[in-house]
Amino acid sequence: MATAIKLPELGEGIKSADVVSVLVKPGDVIKKDQGVIEIESEKASAEVPSSVAGKVVEVRVKEGDKIKPGQMILTVEEGVTAAAAPKAAAPAKAAETKKPAPATAPQPPKPAAVAAAISDKEPVFASPSVRQFAREIGVDIRAVQGTGPAGRISLDDVKNHARSVASGQAVAPAPSAARPVATPLPDFTKFGEVTREPMNAVRRATAAHMARCWAEIPHVTIFDRADITAAEDLRKQFKTKADAKGGKLTITAILLKVAAAALKTFPRINASVDMAKQETILKRYYNIGCAVDTPRGLMVPVIRDADKKSILQIAAELAQLSEKARTGKLGLNDMQGGTFTITNLGGLGTTYFTPIVNAPEVAILGVGRATMESSYSEGFCRPRLMLPLSLSFDHRVVDGADGARFLHWIVDAMEKPLLMAMEG
Amino acid sequence: MSDHSDKRVVVLGAGPGGYPAAFHAAEYGMQVTLVDPAISPGGVCLYRGCIPSKTLLHIARVLFESREVAEWGVTFTEPQIDLDKLRAWKDRVVSRLTGGLGSLSKRRQVNSIQGHGRFLNNHTVVVDKTDGSQEQIEFDYAIISTGSQPAVVPGFPVGSPRVMDSTGALLLSDVPKNLLVVGGGYIGLELGTVYAALGSKVTVVEMAKSLLAGVDRDLAEPLERRLKQILQEVLVETRVAQMEVKDDGVHVKLIGLDLPNPERVFDKVLVAVGRKPDSKDLGLENTAVKVNAKGFIETDAQRRTAEPAIFAIGDVAGEPMLAHKATHEARVATDAIAGKPTIFEPVAIPAVVFTDPEIAWTGLTETQALNQNISHVVARFPWVASGRATTLGRNEGLTKLVLDPRTERILGVGIVGVGAGEMIAEGTLAVEMGARAGDLKATIHAHPTMSETMMEAAEVLHGQSAHIFTPKQDRR
Repeated sequence: MATAIKLPELGEGIKSADVVSVLVKPGDVIKKDQGVIEIESEKASAEVPSSVAGKVVEVRVKEGDKIKPGQMILTVEEGVTAAAAPKAAAPAKAAETKKPAPATAPQPPKPAAVAAAISDKEPVFASPSVRQFAREIGVDIRAVQGTGPAGRISLDDVKNHARSVASGQAVAPAPSAARPVATPLPDFTKFGEVTREPMNAVRRATAAHMARCWAEIPHVTIFDRADITAAEDLRKQFKTKADAKGGKLTITAILLKVAAAALKTFPRINASVDMAKQETILKRYYNIGCAVDTPRGLMVPVIRDADKKSILQIAAELAQLSEKARTGKLGLNDMQGGTFTITNLGGLGTTYFTPIVNAPEVAILGVGRATMESSYSEGFCRPRLMLPLSLSFDHRVVDGADGARFLHWIVDAMEKPLLMAMEG
Repeated sequence: MSDHSDKRVVVLGAGPGGYPAAFHAAEYGMQVTLVDPAISPGGVCLYRGCIPSKTLLHIARVLFESREVAEWGVTFTEPQIDLDKLRAWKDRVVSRLTGGLGSLSKRRQVNSIQGHGRFLNNHTVVVDKTDGSQEQIEFDYAIISTGSQPAVVPGFPVGSPRVMDSTGALLLSDVPKNLLVVGGGYIGLELGTVYAALGSKVTVVEMAKSLLAGVDRDLAEPLERRLKQILQEVLVETRVAQMEVKDDGVHVKLIGLDLPNPERVFDKVLVAVGRKPDSKDLGLENTAVKVNAKGFIETDAQRRTAEPAIFAIGDVAGEPMLAHKATHEARVATDAIAGKPTIFEPVAIPAVVFTDPEIAWTGLTETQALNQNISHVVARFPWVASGRATTLGRNEGLTKLVLDPRTERILGVGIVGVGAGEMIAEGTLAVEMGARAGDLKATIHAHPTMSETMMEAAEVLHGQSAHIFTPKQDRR
């Protein structure tokens, strides 16, 4: 009687994990609590222990698979101990290798002596190496939609299909540039010494997500700057109050509040695009993500309902989330549900840049380092603290003028703090 | 690569399926035993088929060409044929290739046993060795690649000195004055051509309505026209009712339409009515292996028989009975034994008839497309418009593409003409890779070569061939 070993719950909010390595193979006799596979989630890597002792009958996962809690990893015949497990006889061994379901039935022999056997079905529109690759990764090539001329199936099509099946998404061929697929690389060692390091889960997730955002979203980035001389004075005044609440009153914290108000005024920026249904989804909540640089890579914790919180509250919450991000303690919950993102590179001296929209959001605000500049107004040159702002947006739903009005509203609000109270 | 050194593999039959299977298995690190009656690998293909027949067909071609150039002003004296020397040359070709395989086999540490293997059960083979002893071999996996042998017709005294099968014909014991070839398939036509070139008056009889049954008519016709020049007679819809060997020759009685003299005498007869799989006397009844009514061993797409540890490849495992199909299956079966997710699923298996002109096809033929009601469109480029064919004085050829009308994907290619057997490789690659007419059209082909006709056939599809004028209204 075979027992199924399934992936246990991995903790709050973790929906899937990557199989890093498979530690057992069919026929192995394993003990209870022996590690059977090694997984890596966004949070950690760990060995999954077997809940029973016995002989491994079948392994259902392989390296690189994305698996979900509750998904079957392998089956174990309970009660078989090392001594009682003889070497499988030949026919049994043969049966184990019979894993791939043949895509086509054997050809019935044709009567003509030298007539080539031809499948009754239309032949798969893919080269032999692509067909073999599909078999190796367990993809039914007939289910793959080709993106080549007249529907020819490429290696990338098979990979994309495998990826979309693994992530449970509908199979929809996107332009191949939309996926971080493996473009052939030159042999760099010809030019000098190189080292290769594997991507961690965060890097892989960032690579895949950014490539998709960049490929799917027609980006426009516009630039403006805000005179924050007055706001900076206020920030300094209230700084101690924020400190008292355990927060840190930064320009980012203020901008989070301002952005929430701006999004309320411009609901089309607080939106998502549903191309399948040809609809724009407007959100009635204002959750603003804030990009944080951590030792493990880029993380974007989300401040929920930023519109309903005071700047001091936001400052306190942002400090907490940033700390969690840096120490690797962010839960998936902390990073979900954003409607807009702010990314601040000012701390590193950057002025203007072109941030990538964090899909399915439609806009992102990039913040640079504020510098003192001489500003001419009312007949005088005065020193003013100017904050460079960059807004990237999704041109599918946000036109240039909408983006400019939105950014200008933020600039205005930073310069005239009352505006927020009036309109926001 | 994972470790396969505990897998014991026995391969029965060392032809173009068996020896590659043994070599691949050895490369995987498996313990391989190769059983064959011959001292070196090679099988029918090298000893009694493809290789000796092509050696002789090359001689035939030289003989015919040396006569044909007379028309262009070059005359040779009548050639002297030293049959012993010619036979020795053919044997040298064979022994050079088989000997080479023998040493490759040793270097791969394949254990070769000379003899005939039979299954005792699903994990033991017993070999009746050529030296009279017996040896039992335990295996984890077995591959049956015992091939095929010439089919026999009951009542035909094949084996008597005057009546040969293809194996006997390749021995080239003499050049008979008159030769009857029974069977108008590729074997009969190839060997008939050889004997005609060497000076025999060759008559071919074929039961079907035409020679090369199943081959597209437009590909067979140029060959038929030429055969009528070099052969004494081609009799279709005719069969041999009776055959009797007498002192003065083989007396046959033919049955056919309007046959003026149905009773004839030939010095020799070649019976070439096809081949049958060698699945008998293998002890298969001691296993779960299933054999169908035609004698072919039944396998799945990995070439695994009903007995999970036993595979079958090549002629014994089904049509088409072609060496290169067996070689490909050898790879599939050994990969399957190594646990790789592999299956046998070629879109195209090329077939070549090595007559003069050669006929070659690959993938979907026009005849199959019509019979199976597969929607298709055909683009033809006749070699009258080929510069290279003209330089050879061989304009009878034809290159045609069978295409999917919707995608213009190339589903099959058929060629008749000098060198068709070499040219078909491009067609097979095109079909397997899923090339479209536009791909062939956009690929530069060397000039002047016959291969240009592939490109131009693709251009014909679009009414754009430089060397064929298509009136505008006829263009698709």
